[in-house]
This record gives sequence, C-alpha cells and structure tokens, in this order.
Amino acid sequence: MSQLLTSAPHRGGLPAPVPTGPVRLHINGETRTLQLAPWTSLLDALREYAHLTGTKKGCDHGQCGACTVLVNGRRINSCLTLAVMHEDDDITTIEGLGTPDNLSPLQQAFVDHDAFQCGYCTPGQICSAQGLLNEGRAHSEAEIKELMSGNLCRCGAYTGILNAVQEVVAAQGEMVK
Amino acid sequence: MSQTDHIGKGPNRVDGPLKVSGTAHYAGEFNVPNLAYGYVVNSPIAKGKVVQVHADEVLALPGVLAVYSHENVPHLAWFDRSYKDLLAPGGSPFRPLHSPDITFNQQPVALVMAETFELARYAAALLRVDYEQEKHETNLETKRTEGYLPGGGKLGYAPPPPPRGNPEKAWKNADQKIEAEYTHGAQHHNPMELFTSTVEWLGKDKITVYDKTQGVFNVQRYLTGVFGLSKDNCRVVSQFMGGGFGSGLRPQYSVFMATLAALELKRSVRVTLTRQQMFSIGHRPNTLQFVKLATNPDGSLASLQHHALHETSLFEDYTENVVNWSGMQYQCDNVKLGYQLAQLDVYSPQDMRAPGAATGNPGIEIAMDEMAYAAGLDPLEFRFRNYAERDQNVDKPFSSKKLRECYREGAAKFGWDKRPLEPRSMREGHLLTGWGMAGGVWDAMQMPSRASARITADGRLLVLSGAGENGAGTYTIMTQIAAETLGLPLEAVTFELGDTDQPQAPLQGGSWTAASVGTAVKNACDALGEKLLKLAQKQKDSPLKDADYDEVEFVNGQLRLRRDPDRAVVLRDLLQASGVTQVEAESTALPNMLKQNGYSLHSHNAVFAEVQVDEDLGTVRVTRVVNAVAAGRILNRKTARSQVLGGVVWGLSMALMEETIMDHKFGRYVNHNYAEYHIPVNADMPHIDVLFVHEDDDIVNPLGVKGIGEVGMLGVTAAIANAIFHATGKRVRDLPIMLDKLL
Repeated sequence: MSQLLTSAPHRGGLPAPVPTGPVRLHINGETRTLQLAPWTSLLDALREYAHLTGTKKGCDHGQCGACTVLVNGRRINSCLTLAVMHEDDDITTIEGLGTPDNLSPLQQAFVDHDAFQCGYCTPGQICSAQGLLNEGRAHSEAEIKELMSGNLCRCGAYTGILNAVQEVVAAQGEMVK
Repeated sequence: MSQTDHIGKGPNRVDGPLKVSGTAHYAGEFNVPNLAYGYVVNSPIAKGKVVQVHADEVLALPGVLAVYSHENVPHLAWFDRSYKDLLAPGGSPFRPLHSPDITFNQQPVALVMAETFELARYAAALLRVDYEQEKHETNLETKRTEGYLPGGGKLGYAPPPPPRGNPEKAWKNADQKIEAEYTHGAQHHNPMELFTSTVEWLGKDKITVYDKTQGVFNVQRYLTGVFGLSKDNCRVVSQFMGGGFGSGLRPQYSVFMATLAALELKRSVRVTLTRQQMFSIGHRPNTLQFVKLATNPDGSLASLQHHALHETSLFEDYTENVVNWSGMQYQCDNVKLGYQLAQLDVYSPQDMRAPGAATGNPGIEIAMDEMAYAAGLDPLEFRFRNYAERDQNVDKPFSSKKLRECYREGAAKFGWDKRPLEPRSMREGHLLTGWGMAGGVWDAMQMPSRASARITADGRLLVLSGAGENGAGTYTIMTQIAAETLGLPLEAVTFELGDTDQPQAPLQGGSWTAASVGTAVKNACDALGEKLLKLAQKQKDSPLKDADYDEVEFVNGQLRLRRDPDRAVVLRDLLQASGVTQVEAESTALPNMLKQNGYSLHSHNAVFAEVQVDEDLGTVRVTRVVNAVAAGRILNRKTARSQVLGGVVWGLSMALMEETIMDHKFGRYVNHNYAEYHIPVNADMPHIDVLFVHEDDDIVNPLGVKGIGEVGMLGVTAAIANAIFHATGKRVRDLPIMLDKLL
C-alpha cells in the first residue's frame, strides 16, 4: 500500500528574500563593511563574506561551540546571532588572538599540551578558554572542565585542553588547587 | 650525540601553529572567486518514490540558479563499476539524484544552487517535493531469522574462519558456562567538521576539488568514473580534515553534488551538509551478538562461540570483521564464529573507528567477564589462564605480542591487585565503586604507498605523499621519519600531503598510515640518500670513496661512515660544492610478504576502568582509566598519547552515551543533531593514564610500527561495562548503559 505525500503550492509565488545592505563590523581591530542579507548569521558573515575561516561551523545550532568568538570580550556562539546585530560590537576571532609566528599564551599552551587532533574545534575551544579567563571564573580543575563543556571535541582531546587552560591560568596566578 | 634522532620522541605537532591560529584550511575554507552555493534537500520518507519536484517555484526567486534532481540530472556513467570507490562493498553503490526511488530516510533528492548560502538554504526549505510512500522496515529485531552470509566483501573483509573442534558439544558438557546476547544501536561518526566540498571551476571541464575526505585518490577515482573526467582535469585536495573516523573513507554525496553543479553551471561551487545531514552518510550498524562460553575446571576455555548479525542497506552488502578477533584473542580449541547481514530500509553502514572490532570487542569482553565470574575467577587471572601464544584462526605465531606486559603494567598502574572480586563491595554512601578490565586486538596492516623527497642546495628537504591528515598527526610523524632518515633538524623538513598531484598514498584509515606512508617516506629518503652518497663520492678525495650505502649514516646534517664517524661530509657543503640545485627521488613501499607470511600481525591493549554509580539515580561516572597499549614502535609519544586518549573517550562514549535512535514508525533517526546525539564533554573526563608497552617488531615493516588509532579505543567500552557490573552487580548487555538500565 502506498500513500501520496504532497503539499499545497505556494499561493502567489514565494516571498522574495530581503535584499542585502552594508553592515559595518569591527573584527580583530579592523572595521569591515560587508554586503549582507539581514538573515546572515555572524558565523556565515565571518566565514563566507569576511573570509575569516578560523571560526568553524560544526552544527549551526549552538550545540557544539566550534563557532565560539568573543564579542566585547564575552564568548558567544556566532551561529546563534545575526551579523546585523553586532554593528557596534568589538568582535575577536581566533585570527585576532595570535598568528602562527606570534601565538598567544593560550594558543602556545594548546600546541605544547597537544590539546587537539584534527584541529577543527580548536579555535572555538581557544576562544572559549580566553572568554573563561576574561570572566575570571576558572579557579579550579572542576570549574574549567565544567565551563569548557560547551565546546565539543570529537577527537577527545579534553585532557590536553584542560591541561593547557590550567597552565595559562596558573601563569596568571589564579589557580586554586 | 645525535640531535637528529626524532623517532620515538614527542615533538609538538608541526601543523599545530596553523591549527591553533585558524590558518589551517579545511575543505570549505578555500576562497574561490564567483562561488555559487548549494543546499541539499533530503527525503522525509524511508521508502517509496519521488513523484514530482516543484523546481519552478523556487527557480522564480531572484538569485536561485538551479535545482538538480533525478528529473534533470544529465546522463552520467551507466554501470555500477563507475560508481564503485576503493571501499565499496558488494552490491550497487548509491547513485545520488539518479532515480525517483527512495531507499532510505534522508536520502538526498535535490540540490538547490543559488548565489549565496542564505538564498540556497531559503529556497531548499521552500522546495516542494511530492512523494509516494511505501511501507518500510528499519527494525533489525524483525530480521533475527533472516540473516544471510554476505557474498563478497569490501577491502579488508575476511569471512569468519572455519569452526575448530566441537564447540557445541564442549559447551553442553561443561559445568561452567554462560550464554548471552549483546546489542548496540546505530552510531554516527559525527566528526566536528561538516562534509563540505569546494569545487573550483578552471574552465573546459577542468576542476580542482577541495574535499573533506580520507582519500583524495579515492575521490578522484570516483569523480572521474562518474563524470567521465580525465585525471588531469580532476585534481582533488584535502590538506586538513576536521575529523573523519571512517566517515570520509568513501566519497560522500556532498562531493558528487558539488561536482555535478560545477560542471553544469560551469562555475565554482561549494556544498556543505548540515549536522542533520551528517546522519545520512553511513553509520556503525545496529548489531545483535550471541556469545556462548564454557570453561574447564582449571579455568581454561572449553568452548567459545560468537555470532553477529547486523543491518545493511537494500543495495549494498556492507561488511566488517566483527567476530574474527574472538577466535584469536584467547586460546581455545573449540571455536565457532558466525557473521550475517540483514537488509533494512536504511543507508549502507560505513566503517567507523575500529570497524567491526569496536562492535565485537564489547561482545566477547563482557562475555569473558561474565565467564570469569561464573568460574569464580578474577577477570584478569582468567585472561592469563587463556592467553593465546599463537593465532589459532590462521595457526601462525604472532610477529610480536606484548599483551601479557600490557596486562601486568596496566594492572600495576591501576592497582588491580587490591580489587575485591565480589560485586557491590566498594561503597561510599550512595556511590558504588566498581573496577573492570578488558583487552583488545587490531590488525597491523601496511598498504602500498608512494612518496617523493627533494633536497635543495639550501639544505631544505621537501617530502610529498598524497596521504591524509585527520588529526592522527601524519604531518608530524612523516616529518620526523624524513628528518631522521637524512639526519636533518625537523625545521629543515617540510612534509606535504593530501593532493592527487602527489605520489599515491592509500586511504587514511585502518591504523595503517604510519606503517604504509611512513615506510614510503623512509624509502624515498633512503633513495635520495643513495643519490647523495654518489654525489659525495664524485668529489675529489671523498672521505666516503668506497663506501656502500649501508655503511654510511646521516646524522646531525652530516653524511658519515658508521664505523669511522670522522670520515664525514657536511650535507649542505656537499650540495653547494656539487653545484646541483636539487636532488630528488621517489619510491614505493610494499609490505614484505615473504617476511610476513609466516606470522599473524596485530596490536594489542589492556584497559582498566573505575566507575562510580549513584545507587539512587543510576548515573555513572567514569573516574579513572588506564590504557596499556602494545603497538610496536611509537613514532611520536605526544601525538600517540593523544590518539589513545581520544580512543578512551570513544570507548567511554560507546559505553555510556552514543546511540542514534531510530523511530521505526517513520524509519527515521530522531536524535540527528549534536544536542541529542550524546558524546562526552570535558566535564565527563576521567583521569586517563596511557602506557606504551615496549614492543620490538622487525617483521611488520621496517619501521616496526603497528598503528594505534583503532586499538586505543578497544577494551574501553567493555572495561567500563564490566566495572559497572562490579559496582552494581547488574549486568547490562545493551549499549549504551544509560541510567534507566541501572534503575
């Protein structure tokens, strides 16, 4: 027995998409004007329009943390916010934290502790860790593990991630055993 | 003292700075001008037909470029063989957009192309597709008696060995015996990176494909077969891959779609799947396992029987080696192993980390724990009493097997000797503590591979092989091997991979890359070394005049005589004095069959786990894991440890969290997203100790490496399940062990 599954035609044609317009974004200390449709997520604006591909797309639903960036120093999932909402904000991506020749202390600690394998969740992990340092809440191992748990790592590099963050926290003299 | 001995040490990943700074480029990150974007539409039904695709409605939207479906896809290759990739199992490979027939839920039925990603997504969401739905079957339980033996298998498949002795009689006659069934649902690889292809249109049917894949040559073979492109016009590149775990071994429909659109639109194209669509590209199959064990009064195994039945699609006989390992893991003269498939209206399963072994291992290793308890023996002592000195499946000795040392060193590190045998004997308030152990075995394989090496007058070495980097550390270990072979510092060596313009390498899988590509890199560097020696010998008054290649060594930037290191030339001086701009060599590495033939080649491990179970809530926390691995020579202690740490996370995940749940009413996976498909997070991490047991093996390959990506995951799931039994006295045989199963 088969059953027919159909849906009604769109009456009067499909609604036209909202046109694009200029959006000014302050990214890593630079001001960029991008031509964006209002429904463009901050993540897609960074990757597909600003060509800052260090910020990763893992789920597009705020479930994995790969797209974590810092907005005014706070970590957010860039897939869950629209670019047009951030015209006056200070956006920092992984590219703004350091470069291969001049790594930030967190980036260097991630390399030293082998806190990644494939590297795809890594920019989000590092931005998240930077946000956690900014928040001043990473005072114990349990706290770091909990506060880094919004960032999935399928390779399972969590032990290295913990140790890398611990090292940087300790260097800043904030770690409580 | 040599500063150029790199193998066995733990240098940082050479690609680390790129990965931590966001400058490593994955498949969807190549900035190609005039890019069009694709968005895939998938079937909401599991079986039936597409009646109509109402493309005209969305094509009316400004900026929508095309809608491709079976209704308008151009004539492509006709025969199945053109669609068969290197890892295709028996049957007919799935052809995207080929016919109106729907054979699994989430089958891709259309590709919408548009000027922007946002527009393609919008149009895809509005695209109306009419279906004729037929009755489907997705429940393996209905096929218990309908299993069949696969006719042929894919690369690496071996049917179970023939039975030995009289296992059924031995089981019946034994005093102590167990019989149990073990199950787990489907699991999806879910690498962090979504499947993406960026196809750069270079004009006149010439393309470069930046793809997420574990094998650029496999994708090239597939695309040239399907689209009739010449190899010269179809370059495939994958320099970094955001995790694979097997999902990138076969070409995925994303690369088919992107290539199709690029060739049709004569334009560069990017197609990225969604996380939801990542559940439509293959999975670890839902499997039922049946185990019977019996012991003699002295605790030796009298009978071992292990049968498995797993799902496959209607169009391919996906195979993996589930039960074969059980026949070699323990000494037993009465063994029967069985393996069957059952067809369901699902997509073909696909190799997922330690394919087959990760399934069969919990089956046999939980059963071994049950048997140990039935025989009144400590589970570790039980394994010592049944230690296999020989691989009875093929009746050959092991090339090396330091599993006994894994057991001993792992147990010592864990403190296993303090373990009370009785379950429910360690309690702190409402928390029950349990200790469990298990072991694993995986093949040590080597595949044919090529590599080239080129040294320039400035003393820099460039080594190429079209291998993959999915996180295992390929860039780093190949750099170490090349640098050590030619006596150079790591900084003087660049290793490049993932390009079909490079010498051919095998698929990145099976834990064989270190052995295969590593040997090719070593051979290429040795071939280059021989040329350098000849160059040196041409020099006036050469200190190496009559030396053979095996009498010299490359150390600390010098080429020198082993027996008299003072007779040396500095490599850089040699290159500059000789006037050549560069010297290059290419080489192939094949497994040495003559040497290996008489042996069984395997890696082993032993895992010890501690859990705490909340008696009131049924929640489980893994608190400690020790994983002792014997996998030959360890090339890089740092990256190898990371692989094993990751293996522990995977085993923990399989034990406690991972399952793709099928709603049989709709024949559809219902938790197809990262929020409801549970994998461990940082807060779930136990304290993990990784031990590498010393193991020399000059039979497996010249480097003596066995690979660790798969074996590191084995044993973990069963050790945790066994620890839960020890904590609670409750034996759970259906994975994952979620709290409802403990209440």
